[in-house]
Amino acid sequence: MSTVVLLLITGLGLGALYFLVASGLSLIYGLMGVLNFAHGSFLTLGAFMGWEVARRMGDGSWFTLVVSLLVGAVVGAVFAAATEFFLIRRLYDRHIEQVLVTVGLALATVALFEGIWGTDQIYVNGPAWLDGTTKVLGANIPNNRFLLILCAVLVLVGIVLFLKYTRYGLIIRAGVENRSMVTALGIDVRRAFTLVFAIGGAAAGLGGVLASHYTGYVSPHLGGSLLIFAFIVTVIGGLGSLTGAAIASVIVAVLQQFANFYFDGTGDFVVVLLLAVVLLVRPRGLMGVKA
Amino acid sequence: MSANILEVSNLTASIGGQQVTENVTFSVPATGVTALLGRNGVGKTSSIRGILGLIHRTGSVVLDGNEIGTLHTHRIVQRGVGYVPEDREVFAKLTVAENLRLAERDREPRRELVADLFPDLVARAGQQAGTLSGGQQQMVSLARALLNSNRLLLVDEPTKGLAPKIVGEVTQALATAAEIVPMLLVEQNLQVVRRLATRAIVLAGGRVVYTGGCAELLDDADLTRRYLGVSAEHGETA
Repeated sequence: MSTVVLLLITGLGLGALYFLVASGLSLIYGLMGVLNFAHGSFLTLGAFMGWEVARRMGDGSWFTLVVSLLVGAVVGAVFAAATEFFLIRRLYDRHIEQVLVTVGLALATVALFEGIWGTDQIYVNGPAWLDGTTKVLGANIPNNRFLLILCAVLVLVGIVLFLKYTRYGLIIRAGVENRSMVTALGIDVRRAFTLVFAIGGAAAGLGGVLASHYTGYVSPHLGGSLLIFAFIVTVIGGLGSLTGAAIASVIVAVLQQFANFYFDGTGDFVVVLLLAVVLLVRPRGLMGVKA
Repeated sequence: MSANILEVSNLTASIGGQQVTENVTFSVPATGVTALLGRNGVGKTSSIRGILGLIHRTGSVVLDGNEIGTLHTHRIVQRGVGYVPEDREVFAKLTVAENLRLAERDREPRRELVADLFPDLVARAGQQAGTLSGGQQQMVSLARALLNSNRLLLVDEPTKGLAPKIVGEVTQALATAAEIVPMLLVEQNLQVVRRLATRAIVLAGGRVVYTGGCAELLDDADLTRRYLGVSAEHGETA
């Protein structure tokens, strides 16, 4: 029983991390049709800048952690908004060029990060509580999983409230359905594009700082390794669906944890198998709209 | 204000590199309804989408004396061009109220006019637009355009696929709207055209082949058959 609880809650923690990356990917694709391969770079830069701030403030306090999380989110948002404004904006409806530019940016930024911070993993420290465990139904759960889940829930609720109750949220929801009709109502949808990139970048940057506490280190490849699973989550959840991304994040991560434990570390394989099944049986994903 | 609210000169529109209209030139008077007619596939919808910049176009489009042919779609609409698209294009997942709220550009949108014209929409404000009937969706689409004090309405096939009773309601709403704003109307139902329009422009093969009075066109059986492929009494163009 305690093993199942452990796998379930650690799976939820990992799912929270996937969601923080996948939420932005999904929103960006839903509104703009852009498959953003540079999204992992937003996460990595957020993680590095969060670590830099924490290092300078003196590691170990909750205040430092909160500041590093905020810095990670802001840096991710600014980097993402700049990417949209300077690179993507000229390439709407040119999907091949978008892929080339975002893949190129991802490769270039990894090289840049290696040049600045080196290729080795840099270990991070947080509040002592994060390194401890809490007993839940007999299982010792690493505390950082609770922080991950809490942050992902806050981000999910925040984005849902933003989409539901603000003018820009309304524009984004309408734009996901029919971008050209939003424009034909006299609305400059490009502002919404930049905003969605910024929101996605903020979630990724926040996820970067949290990922560094989850793995215990930050490295130039942190974002790239998470991006693969975030893409899988986005496809399984249904491109453009925030709710789908949230549900798929949990399913993928929990399945991965169980498969790793009960089937000799086959978690990644099982996830790819699940992706194949979804693509064959329900190509639009769990909550995606029919093409 | 000039006598014409819209002057279109040498408008050539293309979709995916394929040219769909060629050097279309016409004008729309500052009052009343001007019908843009022609058989299926002659470029009526493409002309409207070209005027709005929704598809690639070249040529000149002058709105009330100002060139708008090079502007982005949202800027053209902000200058006072309302658009009622073919197939309604309501936002299916948004509620009726959200669809209308999204369309509000003016500081004081004409909510009372819309409520008077379409009381059914008020009752269904909280309903998802995708669950409405075709007629109700058309009312949402019309209401979105009427909320703002536009200088011109571009209305594309507003009665397409609607039941006869709903066609009557939509036509009445368009007649009311035409009293306050000039309109360029694409419509296959010639009875609706006869009731609403005073002027007609006919396209054939992507070019303008007739410009003149609407009644004169529809009363001339030869012209109607030649340009529209049907007699006016039979209702719809081919």
